[in-house]
Amino acid sequence: MNKKYDIVVVGAGPAGSTAARFAAQSGASVLLLEKDREIGIPVRCAEGVGEKGLETVVKIKPHWIAQEVSGVTLISPSEDRVDVESNEMGYVLNRKIFDYELAQMAATAGADVLTRAYVHGLLFREGKVSGVKLQHLDAELEVEASIVIGADGVESRVGRWAGLKTKTSMKDMETCAQVTASHIDVDERYCQFYFSNEKYPGGYLWIFPKGNGLANVGLGLSGEYSKHKSPLACLQDFLDAKFPHASILTTVAGGVPCSPTLEQIISDGLMLVGDAAHQANPVSGGGITSGMIAAKIAGQVAGAAIADGNVSKKRLTEYVNLWNKAEGNKHKVFYKLKKFVYNLTDEELDNAARILLDMPIEKRTLVNIFKSALIKHPSLIVDIIKAFA
Amino acid sequence: MEIKNMQGISYRRDLCDFCGTCVAVCPHDAIELSENDLQITEKCTQCMNCVYICPVRALGGSDE
Ligand SMILES: Cc1cc2nc3c(=O)[nH]c(=O)nc-3n(C[C@H](O)[C@H](O)[C@H](O)COP(=O)(O)OP(=O)(O)OC[C@H]3O[C@@H](n4cnc5c(N)ncnc54)[C@H](O)[C@@H]3O)c2cc1C
Ligand code: SF4
Ligand code: SF4
Repeated sequence: MNKKYDIVVVGAGPAGSTAARFAAQSGASVLLLEKDREIGIPVRCAEGVGEKGLETVVKIKPHWIAQEVSGVTLISPSEDRVDVESNEMGYVLNRKIFDYELAQMAATAGADVLTRAYVHGLLFREGKVSGVKLQHLDAELEVEASIVIGADGVESRVGRWAGLKTKTSMKDMETCAQVTASHIDVDERYCQFYFSNEKYPGGYLWIFPKGNGLANVGLGLSGEYSKHKSPLACLQDFLDAKFPHASILTTVAGGVPCSPTLEQIISDGLMLVGDAAHQANPVSGGGITSGMIAAKIAGQVAGAAIADGNVSKKRLTEYVNLWNKAEGNKHKVFYKLKKFVYNLTDEELDNAARILLDMPIEKRTLVNIFKSALIKHPSLIVDIIKAFA
Repeated sequence: MEIKNMQGISYRRDLCDFCGTCVAVCPHDAIELSENDLQITEKCTQCMNCVYICPVRALGGSDE
């Protein structure tokens, strides 16, 4: 490791490793820093992705995939089960391997990678970000950089240190608990989602199969409601009721900021990507692919800015514009949709499920689901059509 | 079971998963989280956001 790089990336999750890879490919010198002892662990994620979006950032390798899924099963409060075939292949990944290899790809592209490197502050020169302060094992180090990319996930502080407003509101934070367990006897062709405003307010419970009876079973609640009961306690109740014989191999906690992208994700010499920038899909909480799409753009723009010798906020605005065009604008619509979906009562959810069950399976596309659920909200339909047009 | 009291918030390291969710909702940047420890600094105003968001209830009000 040197004392000076063009670009330092903080956090080696999917977003950080992807930003580092594309920045290094553009010819910049790049350092990728991760506080944990091993990249890819712990996995605070249900590991579900769609093929199309992910393929735009990385060629999917077969050994990253634990289970292929062809659609989803939506389960209503009174447990009507609605299978919906997806128009693309879905995968439940092995993120331990996936994250690890994404970091390796960054290294292959020329980035230096360092683990057990806890970044605890930024360096500033003339009021502008000029590097990071970190602890590596027992050593205090300073590394200079022209651009710092904060990819430090939900707990992100890089943006705060630079004076950006990055706080997540309680309502927009999905607070989650998840187990990876065996003896979860479900149809492994589908990812399952349980909805109930009473049991899982502001969120949902999921079962994502990983093959051979192994599955990620977890749930998220909006922070607005988690005061009364913790996600872990809700999950425990579900497992006791449905899968009393499950063997629990891993238990994790986590949070996903489910809001539109932060207002400010850049500053002079600074960019935020992934969960740190609130780039997960606000309805589903899926943030792997969207974070990587943003990180690819950020890495490329950072590389080009270094080549231009101009890392000003104005120059880096290109990243914000391209991100909004790619996904950011859609997320604003999804956020409206989220408010609508999570306001449905259990009775309304049950009714929607029955309408869908009456449709032949080939008509149960996500667009039709939204149309039937949004029948009383035409303005939202217009927004959605615009977002996908 | 070890309970650490900091700024009127109790913290149980044995329950904590070091997930960082509390850090994200703290309005005052009062939580310092490393790979295996958590500190609450004097910036804390006891707003309770961290207590209510923690997925595993590793944080509590001092009277809980
Ligand atoms: C329970 C749960 C289930 C989920 N399920 C899905 C799903 O099925 N599909 C999906 O697409 N998304 C899912 N998500 C969301 C997804 O996990 C995140 O959106 C994604 O991991 C974000 O990637 P990232 O690279 O931005 O951040 P992260 O993956 O969180 O990576 C951030 C990295 O930065 C490191 N770091 C943080 N601070 C520092 C520091 N100061 N110094 C050095 N390193 C630091 C961290 O250790 C971490 O490795 C889920 C989330 C949760 C909590
Ligand atoms: S939210 Fe709870 S489990 Fe997560 S880091 Fe904070 S105290 Fe620990
Ligand atoms: S009680 Fe409020 S101010 Fe204090 S650490 Fe928790 S979230 Fe921050």
